[in-house]
Amino acid sequence: MTQGELPGPGPDERLLPKGRRNKQGIRIDPEAEAEHQPERALLSALVKHEPGVLAEVSGLFSRRQFNIESLTVGATIDEDFARMTIVIEEPRPGIDQAKKQLEKLIPVISVRELDRDAVQRELVIVKVNGTEPDKVNAITDMYNGETLDAGPRTITVQLTGDHEKIDNALDAYRQFGIREIARTGYSALARGEAATAKVSEPNQAPTDAQTATEEAADD
Amino acid sequence: MSERASVPKDEEQADSESTVSDVATGAESVVAGLENAGVEHLFGVQGGAIMPVYDALYEHEEMEHITMAHEQGAAHAADAYGIVTGKPGVCLATSGPGATNLITGLADANMDSDPVIALTGQVPTDFVGNDAFQETDTIGVTQPVTKYNKFAEGPDTVGDSIGEAWALANEGRQGPTLVDLPKDVTQGETNISPGGPKTPDTYNPPTDADEVIVQEAADALAHAQRPAILAGGGVIKGEACEELRAFAREYEIPVVTTMPGTGAFPETDELSLGIAGMHGTGYGNLAISNCDVLLGIGTRFDDRLTGGIDTFAPDADIIHVDIDPAEISKNVEADYPLIGDAAVVIEQLDEALTQAPPADEWREQCQTWKEEYPLDYEMPEDEPLKPQYVVEKYDEVTDDDCIVAAGVGQHQMWAWQYWTWTEPRTWVTSHGLGTMGYAVPAAIGAKVAAPDQEVVAFDGDGSFLMTAQGLSVAVREGLNITIVVLNNEAVGMVRQWQDGFYEGRRMASEYPWIPEFDKLAEAFGAQGLRLEDPDEVEDTIQQAREYEGPTVIDAIIDPTENVYPMVPSGGDNARFALNEDHLEQL
Repeated sequence: MTQGELPGPGPDERLLPKGRRNKQGIRIDPEAEAEHQPERALLSALVKHEPGVLAEVSGLFSRRQFNIESLTVGATIDEDFARMTIVIEEPRPGIDQAKKQLEKLIPVISVRELDRDAVQRELVIVKVNGTEPDKVNAITDMYNGETLDAGPRTITVQLTGDHEKIDNALDAYRQFGIREIARTGYSALARGEAATAKVSEPNQAPTDAQTATEEAADD
Repeated sequence: MSERASVPKDEEQADSESTVSDVATGAESVVAGLENAGVEHLFGVQGGAIMPVYDALYEHEEMEHITMAHEQGAAHAADAYGIVTGKPGVCLATSGPGATNLITGLADANMDSDPVIALTGQVPTDFVGNDAFQETDTIGVTQPVTKYNKFAEGPDTVGDSIGEAWALANEGRQGPTLVDLPKDVTQGETNISPGGPKTPDTYNPPTDADEVIVQEAADALAHAQRPAILAGGGVIKGEACEELRAFAREYEIPVVTTMPGTGAFPETDELSLGIAGMHGTGYGNLAISNCDVLLGIGTRFDDRLTGGIDTFAPDADIIHVDIDPAEISKNVEADYPLIGDAAVVIEQLDEALTQAPPADEWREQCQTWKEEYPLDYEMPEDEPLKPQYVVEKYDEVTDDDCIVAAGVGQHQMWAWQYWTWTEPRTWVTSHGLGTMGYAVPAAIGAKVAAPDQEVVAFDGDGSFLMTAQGLSVAVREGLNITIVVLNNEAVGMVRQWQDGFYEGRRMASEYPWIPEFDKLAEAFGAQGLRLEDPDEVEDTIQQAREYEGPTVIDAIIDPTENVYPMVPSGGDNARFALNEDHLEQL
């Protein structure tokens, strides 16, 4: 006889609930369950500019299995802070969870999901075979690119744009033979007067005069 | 011991107007940072890179250092200290193996949101990255298991870094933090005394929940016909037990606790439905499964609690109160997310609630379940000894504030189920990480934290063997603790799963030979008692409690005893098994 038996009605003789939840813990009608499809979201995080923050953020995404397409990081006008732009592809609950987990990291000051109309750009450097320089240059011009280096065997160009434009340009270059590419991933800011971070950056332009000074310094 | 040989204080330092003790080195700044935070006890192990900090502690007799046998024990002791006092426990270790040995304890604290601050030595900054002797990337390896960690930048700021890490461990959702202390920083000169503990300006934990959602949640609760409260560890961490008790009683809402929430609501209260989860009570699990509004407070809805997410409270609107926004809708979607401090939000709900839910029938139903599914066990006339009986007998003779520590395994579940919990901060165990070996160092940390409270640890034979060396500490420190090893000569929980889910193929779960723990205890200098006869349980417990110093009771229990009720991993909480046959049906 097995030990530790307890008294009471068995599993089939009990009051059992009728409802169900899906994998995300959302109550569903089992007859009409709709799966959440992955979608692409653009997150912008203002973080402290200190050692280890990039490792902390990238570690968070990998250990919680969030699917990221790109992650860029760079300085802001205040040297104490950096801005990260992260493109993530997840079902909606995963995107929300990623935002909250990111915001929870102590060196992360603010996280915002940017609207689809945010100003977003990626830069790519492409090295193609240089056997047909005129044709290569024609494509570079068409995509408003810039030739960075040209030699007898290779031509290296730079392009900026959104994902679609860069993909189209790469398709066009493919006929010459692409040797190597390096893509930066997206950088983005909210469009218009909307702030990209939820909080003001400490040295964010409070007056026009200061803005001008900072822009001058940036140049 | 030799005279302290450190950098002499310069005159300027002596003239400083600082309110804390003047400092001359980074290490003294570290100690001043701890002093500012009101730290009274530290648990640690010496070593090369942390020596300057220990040297600075030499003159601070008001801070008591407990030398542990292993750094894992230092982290667990600090963790238990944090659970019992509510304030961060402090542990110290040297670089390399010292730091890596802490990791299990930090991961444990991270899972359970226990306040702990760890200080680790590190090789001098110039050596970092060169694979120096006893170098490990402590910041890198502890990042995933700490709330926050920091590589100390220099002797001028290191004391403030300590204060910040202490404050971050303590405030908001509590958790472990770590400061890595390179030897050049602790040995370096400074005349800057650190300020008090302070979180960064950008760290602002929420207090009040959104008023609109509070009102909506209160309306849902007011019309619930089958309401239940699920009280998690956050109720205890947030010091909200009084508010919870008053709220549940005023509106007559049945309360179930999670494992970390144990003690938040007294199990002697009629409204208590005990504990929920994999080995929770039948009535607790049935109430959670069938309720129509579930008020979860300070719980992260972990998988050992929910069972399969598809069948978790599937008819319930969920009101989720948590201080951590990332817990909202992480595992279970919250219909009413209330982000804030548990005590504050309960008060908000109380103000918004216009009536008690119309739940007379439901409460009757809950009482019926309580009668149908008692936690019971067969008690033979004599041997074998039943583990549940040992737990019950110990509970009978001790006061409500007796602290119970436990390792991880079957013994832990029996202790949890058969002890009658009435007070918070008395159940000290490893919840989320499930760390075998937690009990002995935890009992040490708990006793140091609460010398006036009785401390008993229930341990398993497998669990005890992982950290038994901690007995040397308990003896040296003269701690009155009792460790009851519920000995079934096996890693019993694994064996139970093998019997239930692996056709009884008992691979690596049984011990063909284990030491006699009573004699092992004697070798350490503790009292060792052997217990086999159920008639001797009371006398043996008395002998342990009367002894001045630590006692180990080697309780030889029925090796065939298993833990029920049981919800198999990913199973339906309402369909818990009461015996092995039920498991096979599921």
